[in-house]
Amino acid sequence: MKEIKPEDIKVILATDCGSTTTKAILIEKHDGEYRLIVRGEAPTTVEAPFEDVTMGVLNAVAEVEELSGRRLLDENHRIISPTKDQGDKREGTDIYVSTSSAGGGLQMMVAGVVRSMTAESAERAALGAGAIVMDVIASNDKRLPHEQIERIRRLRPDMILLSGGIDGGTITHVVEIAELVSGADPRPRLGSGYNLPVIYAGNKDARESVKKTLGDKVDLQIVDNIRPVLEQENLLPAREKIHDLFMEHVMAQAPGYRKLMKWTDVPIMPTPGAVGQIMKTIADLEDIEVLGVDIGGATTDVFSVFQGIFNRTVSANLGMSYSISNVFAEATLPMVMRWVPFDMDERDLRNRVKNKMIRPTTIPQSMEELIFEQAIAKEALRLAFIQHKEFATVLKGVQQQRTIADAFDQSSSGATLVNMMTLNMLIGSGGVLSHAPRRQQSALMMIDAFQPEGITRLAVDSIFMMPQLGVLSQVHAKAATEVFTKDCLIHLGTCIAPVGSVKQGKPLMKYRLELPEGKVEEGQLMAGQMLKFDLGFDSDTNLPFKAKAVLEPERGFDVGLGKGDRLETTVSGGVSGLILDGRGRPFTPSEDRQKRVDNLIEWMDALDAYPGDILRRKVEA
Amino acid sequence: MAHSYTPGLKVTDKMMITKKRILPLKGDVVVKVGDKVQPDDVVARTDLPGNVEPINVANILGVPPEDVGDCMLKKEGDKIEKNEVIALNKSFFGLFKTEAKAKISGSIESISSVTGQVLLRGHPIPVEVKAYISGEVVETFENEGCAISTIGSFIQGIFGVGGETHGSIKVVVPNNKTVLEDSHIDESCKDCVVVGGSMATAGAIKKAVEMGAKGIIAGGISDKDLREFLGYDIGVAITGSEELGVSLVITEGFGEINMADRTFNLLKSKEGLMACINGATQIRAGVIRPEAIVPLDEKMDDKAKSGEEVISGLEVGSPIRVIRQPYFGMIGKVSDLPPALQKLESESKARVLEVEFTEGEKAIIPRANVELIEG
Repeated sequence: MKEIKPEDIKVILATDCGSTTTKAILIEKHDGEYRLIVRGEAPTTVEAPFEDVTMGVLNAVAEVEELSGRRLLDENHRIISPTKDQGDKREGTDIYVSTSSAGGGLQMMVAGVVRSMTAESAERAALGAGAIVMDVIASNDKRLPHEQIERIRRLRPDMILLSGGIDGGTITHVVEIAELVSGADPRPRLGSGYNLPVIYAGNKDARESVKKTLGDKVDLQIVDNIRPVLEQENLLPAREKIHDLFMEHVMAQAPGYRKLMKWTDVPIMPTPGAVGQIMKTIADLEDIEVLGVDIGGATTDVFSVFQGIFNRTVSANLGMSYSISNVFAEATLPMVMRWVPFDMDERDLRNRVKNKMIRPTTIPQSMEELIFEQAIAKEALRLAFIQHKEFATVLKGVQQQRTIADAFDQSSSGATLVNMMTLNMLIGSGGVLSHAPRRQQSALMMIDAFQPEGITRLAVDSIFMMPQLGVLSQVHAKAATEVFTKDCLIHLGTCIAPVGSVKQGKPLMKYRLELPEGKVEEGQLMAGQMLKFDLGFDSDTNLPFKAKAVLEPERGFDVGLGKGDRLETTVSGGVSGLILDGRGRPFTPSEDRQKRVDNLIEWMDALDAYPGDILRRKVEA
Repeated sequence: MAHSYTPGLKVTDKMMITKKRILPLKGDVVVKVGDKVQPDDVVARTDLPGNVEPINVANILGVPPEDVGDCMLKKEGDKIEKNEVIALNKSFFGLFKTEAKAKISGSIESISSVTGQVLLRGHPIPVEVKAYISGEVVETFENEGCAISTIGSFIQGIFGVGGETHGSIKVVVPNNKTVLEDSHIDESCKDCVVVGGSMATAGAIKKAVEMGAKGIIAGGISDKDLREFLGYDIGVAITGSEELGVSLVITEGFGEINMADRTFNLLKSKEGLMACINGATQIRAGVIRPEAIVPLDEKMDDKAKSGEEVISGLEVGSPIRVIRQPYFGMIGKVSDLPPALQKLESESKARVLEVEFTEGEKAIIPRANVELIEG
């Protein structure tokens, strides 16, 4: 890797090789600050006839070249580096970085002694490193040993993370798990000439026995225990080892990656790892609780920082292209159609979904197709979020001292960390959210899927470039941060949603909003109603306007301070403004068809999410 | 924009086709360069390690794990038969015996003094890799497999189910627009690869299985019919291992879609010849597409060998197929490639092209929603 001096870098080229599309961005330094110049994209080319990821990279970079006027590729289709700008002739880049989830990303199996303790910690470490966890093996997972062995043999993961036992704790159970892996004699998914990497991150006293059991059969790597004591997780050593092995084994085996690895100036990062990096940075910088989502073609990754704890889940089979059929199969047709305000033929719909699965790079041409695709996205997000809530928990198995007051509290060991009422910011990324023709559509998708409670800021990745900025932040934090705040993060506005169950025709909350230039909006938010108020950007600072909000929820409704408690606060605007959601929490659209259609149209109109005339034409058709 | 890369499916009358035939584990390659092979010829073979059966001998014998080694009647690597006693514990001066028996035939894989577990390994499972196509072995990979080349017609499908098979081509519909129904299939389809038109119905597939056909090539299939045939809904599709009695290659997509003229005419022109087909499809990362290969039994001259495929971009005049609504399945030629982004009805801004359909009608379509018909 070449030595990088941040002060010498004026031009940055970054790519993300997704499962479906390869995206390239060009960043340049002008007047002392880094800004995004252009973006290009092309289909990812891991499949035949190319079977070489660099072809997709070159195609995406060629588009950036054409749009920016900067020559980036030489006659031999190699990236020109460093820059050689002379007068009008601009060519080359000072640094090239890339992320990747093409070729299925990093697919792992994890194993531990107790499912809800060491095995879950191992799962957290693998997910944290950006892996798809194919299965979790544990002594108590209710499968018979030969079934577990069969599963390991059949899945062919890229690597296995083996944990178990606190330091000084059980040896026997850990070795038992190692024996299962040994018995399975697992082969890696890619490449037949090398041994499968297995990381051991369990009880340090069991290391010798694990070495004896597995040493000859696999490429065994030993790192510090993931759970040295019951009350503490130590995920970093395992995560770093996963990254190293990913580069050495998985990337090196995927079609064309050897070449790409030589081109990049820093190691290629798995896409979820890079996006997580950026989400964490936002939470740290602003000292807020953040929930983020990246909905891709094959997977949907959810990230959260609650109580300072970062969690990530990768829902391997929930996505908008390769996995779209799976979303449909898991969510079921009625659940998808509850977000669509017109009828569609079921047989035709199912064929459309399958066609998107087999031809994943297509885009919706008609409004009908767009609304249907966004309805599927809502279900993919909802399902991925359920998985995340179940996973992002406080450590299980830890004894807690409880007071009398706690006895009335239902929280216990293993309770979820996700608290939508304390959540400050909800951030969306991924094609369907970043490329929605109207930003209000992104806001509506996130509100319907995640159902934020109380007061929540909404933001979206402008053009889906968080992965590239994530990897860039590792080598040039200034450039990554500047582009992120100025060009990447689009503030959509704020959603205000009182929590409680609604009754038709009843009010939920009185509101008074003091908008800029002395304008005041006040009134009552009624059950089932959605309202939107414009609150855009200050043209001097280019920051979202703020408004003073006085919120007086009715008895039984909570906006953050407790049921019926009045709240005075400052809320932040954005391209979609302030959204008041009076549909209650939790909320589901009506099962009565006509009422549901009327409601959907009303909400879509309130947010100006779709052109009303087209929408009505589709409903009447 | 002068050039745009657009993925497409290959349909070609004659080309050099090379297939790598690789073992899942290292083993023996039984052919050499220059050998002529037929689809059913074995080209490489190996033994997969047998299944494993763990037995907790310490528990069975009631001894601590560290004593298991002393109780074993067999050592690591020894052959065993099912129900054979492999470990024995005597107590009370030999009066009471407890024994552990093998659950499977095979060998002792390992004896653990930490867990008290004994792993039994079943007999090796033989695996053979067949040639799949007829042709000539052009390369061998030591202990791994070989490459077989043939001059033939090649049709890349978009979706399929079922594994590798071969049979003579039988076109049973009058044209590419006809839906393949069960009435089109009879005893004469036995051992054949049946070619349908715009869609294969569930009834046609069932009838093909009953009549002993080897495969079906059709333009489309309804998702509902596929579910009915498979018995489950495909989520993340990695297909090819289904044992349904027939392999299916879909050339256009889901729903009723006319098979491209070019594909249909090509298959028609090869009627009676052997087609080697594979329904395996890996949607995730798109590594595997279904295919039909018709070996033409022609000599591989140097010209054919050097026939590198040229992948061109989208140009005015390129034959294309629309792959998304509202023009899904229609075929035409690119008549214009305007460079600027255009706003679609969905309000998305995208690079578009103008297409002139076969019937003469013109339409503006996002470039992302078309597929080159390659040849």
